[in-house]
Amino acid sequence: MTRLVTPQPSTAVRFDDVSLHFGDAPGLDHVSFEIRAGEARVIYGAAGSGKSTLLKTAMGLVKPDSGRVFLLGEDITHMKERELFDLRARVGVLFQEGGLFDSLTIAENVSYPLLNQRALLEKFRANGDGRVVEDRVREALRFVELEATLEKFPSELSGGMRRRVGIARAVVTEPDLVLYDSPTAGLDPITAHTIIALILKERDLRHAATIMATHRYQDGQLMAKFRYNPNSGEIERWEPDDPRVQAGTKIFVMDRGRLTFEGTVSEFQASPDPYVRKFLNPGGA
Amino acid sequence: MFDLLKRPLEAFQDFVLLSGRAFRNVFRSPHYASDIFLQMDIIGVGSLFIVSLVGLFSGIVMAMQMARTLTRYGAQGQVGIIVSLTLVRELGPVLTALLVAGRNASGIASELGSMKVTEQIDAMRALGTDPIQKLVTPRLIATAFVLPLLTVIADFIGLVGGFLISNFMLGIASSQYWTSAWQAIEYNDIVQGLIKPFAFAIVIALVGCFYGLQTTGGTQGVGRATTRAVVVSSVWIFVLTTIIGRVFVNL
Ligand SMILES: Nc1ncnc2c1ncn2[C@@H]1O[C@H](COP(=O)(O)OP(=O)(O)OP(=O)(O)O)[C@@H](O)[C@H]1O
Ligand SMILES: [Mg+2]
Repeated sequence: MTRLVTPQPSTAVRFDDVSLHFGDAPGLDHVSFEIRAGEARVIYGAAGSGKSTLLKTAMGLVKPDSGRVFLLGEDITHMKERELFDLRARVGVLFQEGGLFDSLTIAENVSYPLLNQRALLEKFRANGDGRVVEDRVREALRFVELEATLEKFPSELSGGMRRRVGIARAVVTEPDLVLYDSPTAGLDPITAHTIIALILKERDLRHAATIMATHRYQDGQLMAKFRYNPNSGEIERWEPDDPRVQAGTKIFVMDRGRLTFEGTVSEFQASPDPYVRKFLNPGGA
Repeated sequence: MFDLLKRPLEAFQDFVLLSGRAFRNVFRSPHYASDIFLQMDIIGVGSLFIVSLVGLFSGIVMAMQMARTLTRYGAQGQVGIIVSLTLVRELGPVLTALLVAGRNASGIASELGSMKVTEQIDAMRALGTDPIQKLVTPRLIATAFVLPLLTVIADFIGLVGGFLISNFMLGIASSQYWTSAWQAIEYNDIVQGLIKPFAFAIVIALVGCFYGLQTTGGTQGVGRATTRAVVVSSVWIFVLTTIIGRVFVNL
């Protein structure tokens, strides 16, 4: 309970001294931070360090033992599940294990958030017919370049394609905050690069707040130093001394439930901390 | 000592919470009718053949075994009474429930368990659906509706099995068998024979869902959840049949 000032509405996520335990194991250990609308964070951390737990706590899927959690300006610490639904409708999420419904087709998966969230029914069905939803689903799948798979089932797609469907489902609602849990895990470098390019594209076209958990050094570099160019349709590097490189994207490092590092990319790269340096030198040492 | 009890007590508390929510949702919208019918089809129609088969053989076996004893007392004609009473009160409900526990408590636990470990349950909650409403309550309603029906079918086919033996092996007239079988059953027995499957159904559905939703630890965890669901629901079936039987003996 360090800072008890009510956050500004432009707060995307804020943790005030949040702790939680799974049995005796610490899930999160006194974590505090704030992410404002439109900003991006890349969370590094070893396996089991609490990245997924942090993301799930941020959207109220996991309740903290102590501390307070704010989502999109509202205190969700003790919010009931039914009240949370309307707030979560403004959050997109890509789960680490995918979380695609394997009994539903790709089209049904991607339209699911539009059809099942009360708060979104009005937004996407203003005209009173299903066409808006259908168009939006196509648009989202076109965004991830998977328009041809509408009627397939998730089990019929490759791992990288499933990840892309997951991204389409996360962004189909045009959320104010997007959470990506290890979007590149288990993918080859080329597919991983495509995935990050999609995440950059979503971030830079809509300026939604973005949090990404990852193991991969390059993911954070791309997030911080690259941007999507809508004219060329490619991602390109910022000028190295452009101040915006440092402003919008920050790096978090987690170690056994604790947030041990928070800073810009240059601070990250200059950090002397041996645990932080592990993520700078992929391949060890 | 306290530590030893802590875990089972916590698990039981979670189970009670889940049950409470599942029952509350029965009276709350949204109702996922298509999920209810799908589950009825899986549990009811899917179990019909095996339940009938086991019902038939339990009637046959009982008639054969009882006939030997009854012949000794010259009471062979009573076979119908014994078969019908044992089936309706005890064997029909318990055998059917054990079969459905084996087929469906495990099926439910593994389905929900896989959904849990692939984060589909989290995804549901993230995308505006209450997993208890969408997954648990339909399975609860479907099982509670279908298991009594399956039990009645098993009872009847068991009686037919008993009839086959008495008629063709023991030479008892068919009218004598059916009259004695029918007259033996009292109102009390029918109530008991329907309350039991209803209670078992609740146990099977809730235990299956509980272990499914509790699953952690990947594919291995799904296997563990499945096994536990079957073991625990089977044990509860025996405990409940004893308790309910006891209550009815005293009535
Ligand atoms: N539902 C749960 N039940 C029990 N323990 C859990 C649960 N979820 C997470 N944990 C534990 O909490 C700790 C943090 O897990 P978390 O999944 O957040 O790590 P992570 O940083 O996402 O790891 P990875 O990089 O492997 O995805 C781990 O020790 C894990 O075992
Ligand atoms: Mg994780």
